Amino acid sequence: MDKLDKELLSQIADFHTIPQGSFNIRKNGESLDRKSTKDIEIISKKDKSGIDIIVKEGVKNKSVHIPVIITVGNLNDLVYNDFYIGKDAEVLIVAGCGIHNPSNQKSQHDGIHSFHLAENSKVKYIEKHLGIGTGSGEKILNPTTVVEMKKGSQFEMETIQLGGVSKSNRKTDAVLEDDAKLVIKEKILTTDKQIAKTVFNVVLKGKNSSVEVISRSVAKGKSKQQFISNIKGQNECFGHVECDGILMDKAVIESTPKIVAKDLNATLVHEAAIGKIAGDQMIKLQTLGLSEEEAQNEIIKGFLR
Amino acid sequence: MLEFKNVSYKVVDEKTGKERYILKNLNINFPENKVTVITGHNGSGKSTMIKLIMGILLPTEGEILLDGQALNSLSISERANLGISIALQQPVRFKGLTVRDLLNLASKSHNKIPDACEFLAKVGLCAKDYMDRELDDSLSGGELKRIELAISLAKSGKVMLFDEPEAGIDLWSFDSLVDVFDNLKNKTVVIVSHQRKVLESADFVLLLNGANDVKLGKKKEILPLLEKPSCRKLGGLVNG
Ligand SMILES: Nc1ncnc2c1ncn2[C@@H]1O[C@H](COP(=O)(O)OP(=O)(O)OP(=O)(O)O)[C@@H](O)[C@H]1O
Ligand SMILES: [Mg+2]
Repeated sequence: MDKLDKELLSQIADFHTIPQGSFNIRKNGESLDRKSTKDIEIISKKDKSGIDIIVKEGVKNKSVHIPVIITVGNLNDLVYNDFYIGKDAEVLIVAGCGIHNPSNQKSQHDGIHSFHLAENSKVKYIEKHLGIGTGSGEKILNPTTVVEMKKGSQFEMETIQLGGVSKSNRKTDAVLEDDAKLVIKEKILTTDKQIAKTVFNVVLKGKNSSVEVISRSVAKGKSKQQFISNIKGQNECFGHVECDGILMDKAVIESTPKIVAKDLNATLVHEAAIGKIAGDQMIKLQTLGLSEEEAQNEIIKGFLR
Repeated sequence: MLEFKNVSYKVVDEKTGKERYILKNLNINFPENKVTVITGHNGSGKSTMIKLIMGILLPTEGEILLDGQALNSLSISERANLGISIALQQPVRFKGLTVRDLLNLASKSHNKIPDACEFLAKVGLCAKDYMDRELDDSLSGGELKRIELAISLAKSGKVMLFDEPEAGIDLWSFDSLVDVFDNLKNKTVVIVSHQRKVLESADFVLLLNGANDVKLGKKKEILPLLEKPSCRKLGGLVNG
């Protein structure tokens, strides 16, 4: 591992030292390092590129890190990762991809992550995406997340893309059975001519299932963002989508909410607000002695925290 | 010293296109290192007056000076760095920023070690409960108002402006609120208020009774004027 690898890993997976627990590091389309433990086993797929991560029943307070780094141009990395979370297990999963593209050709990573949550299992999933490098080559990230949630399971997902990614197309599909609870927090910052698209498809199939989606985004420069959410309530269930966007310069944000209730007892709410930074917030921070630029930075930093 | 020299603020009515003076040709010397309470009926221009001092609004005519320096061309942040602070009548809410963030930003501007707990305690809030709260819709009106006060105490400065600091603050906490102002020594304090207790704690009272009708005098001289029936249009005084 060189200095750049370490830098990318620390940014996307808070990897300062080799982590406790299981991990798999993928670099430029190949596995760089891996550790399985008796609680969380990592096995290479035989039929395609990717790994199976198997979390044993009842495992508590364990973590698995599976970061991906790309340090070259002209690479198209497609990977399938399947997570099998045993009954009653509780785990932290840290994924994410950092691309440092020094070239003038594009580098792309498509990560297809499928989560199979058994009854009453609990997952916290953190995924960070980052692009750096001064070459003109595009840095493209297309994460797909598929979540199957059995009775009483919980999935909390934090997805963060804070700059440098030329294009991203993020898809999240989830199906929830009885009492399952899904929380998604998304934070996106785009600048220059970047394009970011996010699509959520959530089916609330079971009784008392619930989903909460909180999306906060900032679009600067000439960047474009698109947010599409489609929540279906097929039972007595609860769904709440909140999409807040701060618009700057010549950027564009488009938000398309769709909520479909097929049950009289489904409660689905969608709130969306897009606009520039509120003038009174700028004024307040200026009265504390901050310049206009400092005020703007503080507001955005807080908003995307 | 903080002075108004022939200061006017006029607005143009959007419907009729007619000009209206909110404040007209005012000359005021705010007593140095004293507490002055501005009072007057709703809409008389009190908030306008202190927003002009902070630079949130600019006079349409005239000049505001601090220690002889003209402020008109200075931005809000430049005035803040000169030592002017404000607690707004309507505090601002932020998504994502916490009480701690604002207190830190406020005290960093003069490199004081942020003893944020102390500022929250002064306004009757327990630091442990509020420090990491977001300044968003989850705070009640009174809580937000107290936090606004704590932030402006953290910011501090030689000129401290407070716009209806008591609004929304419960009766039980009133006396300790008045103590907060009593303890601001060696500062030019300007408080907008309708409350008798706040007025009674003042050194000077400024009565705003019309765009160019201003009376500034010692509390003893001005308070009796407020009791007269002819002043009922001032809204009278609120006991509390
Ligand atoms: N842009 C504007 N256009 C028209 N009128 C305005 C504008 N801004 C302020 N005003 C008017 O100026 C007057 C003074 O407002 P200001 O907020 O200073 O009053 P105030 O004395 O602080 O009142 P209160 O006691 O209710 O807080 C009000 O009548 C208000 O409607
Ligand atoms: Mg006012």
